[in-house]
Amino acid sequence: MRRKICETQRAAFQRGAYGCFQMQTSNANEIGLIARILAGEKELFHELIRPYERMVYLTLFSMVRNETDAEDGAQEAVINAYRHLASFRGDAKFSTWLTTIAINEGRKRLRKAKNSAEESIDEEAEAHEGDYTPAPLTDWREIPLEALERKELREALRVAVVELPDIYRQVFTLRDLEELNVEETAQALGINPGAVKVRLHRARMMLQKRLVPFLKTTAPARKRFFGRAL
Amino acid sequence: MKLDCKHVWEHISEYIDGSVDADLRKEIELHLEHCEICSAILDSTRNILILTADDRTFELPVGYSERLHERLAKELGSAEKDSKNE
Repeated sequence: MRRKICETQRAAFQRGAYGCFQMQTSNANEIGLIARILAGEKELFHELIRPYERMVYLTLFSMVRNETDAEDGAQEAVINAYRHLASFRGDAKFSTWLTTIAINEGRKRLRKAKNSAEESIDEEAEAHEGDYTPAPLTDWREIPLEALERKELREALRVAVVELPDIYRQVFTLRDLEELNVEETAQALGINPGAVKVRLHRARMMLQKRLVPFLKTTAPARKRFFGRAL
Repeated sequence: MKLDCKHVWEHISEYIDGSVDADLRKEIELHLEHCEICSAILDSTRNILILTADDRTFELPVGYSERLHERLAKELGSAEKDSKNE
């Protein structure tokens, strides 16, 4: 269990040189795969899409907030990606291109569900100067990693993310769940990188405030080591 | 320049992402050394992100992958037929 968290920590926070090398290798592999698929080896599309199944589903879920609809949408997005693969130019990463297709599918579904008011609500939310300060923890004790294993904490986080306003939930999903970088997130959502940073900060602060009651623990205080690597 | 707590909060997200410049990072770290409140906010925010990145927090529906590839196989199969009929 603890190891699992360590792995995700690494994935989330330690995007070092090796990760960069791996990314370049996987990009090169993908470009090769795409060329073969377009040349007729269609079955390879299964292999191309497999690493991104989760990402496509979560993107859809962050928009439609319903499991069945998210799954249907994910299937549609993947089929669309296959049908339009020839239009992938390689100037963006395949993952970003695929995310854009998933987002378009999500928007289509929201429109169909007569939720087209979403965009105007979003603009209002963006302009609104809300309170995005975190919640201070006055009786804070450092949380042992074991405490993060609690199921109720996970459940509380799921609910809190689902209940974030749309524009914050989408950026949070792409950045912190799918681990796209700022530029990729901006490109996928069609917004500027500054807006990505602002929305991400607000989303994180809203979640921190919401989850503080669950993050308190009775663990004994111990001396902190500030600035430690995660 | 000495940072106050509010200033630190404004930069917490970028600090976590490692995208603040070196001078500001140093200022924030100096502040964190003596401010328990900001340290707690930083830790709690980081813990939320660790939990978010854990695959068990946001799970996929059971059988999602199988159904996806089944649907895809049908699509690839029908594309195959179309190309043969042409």
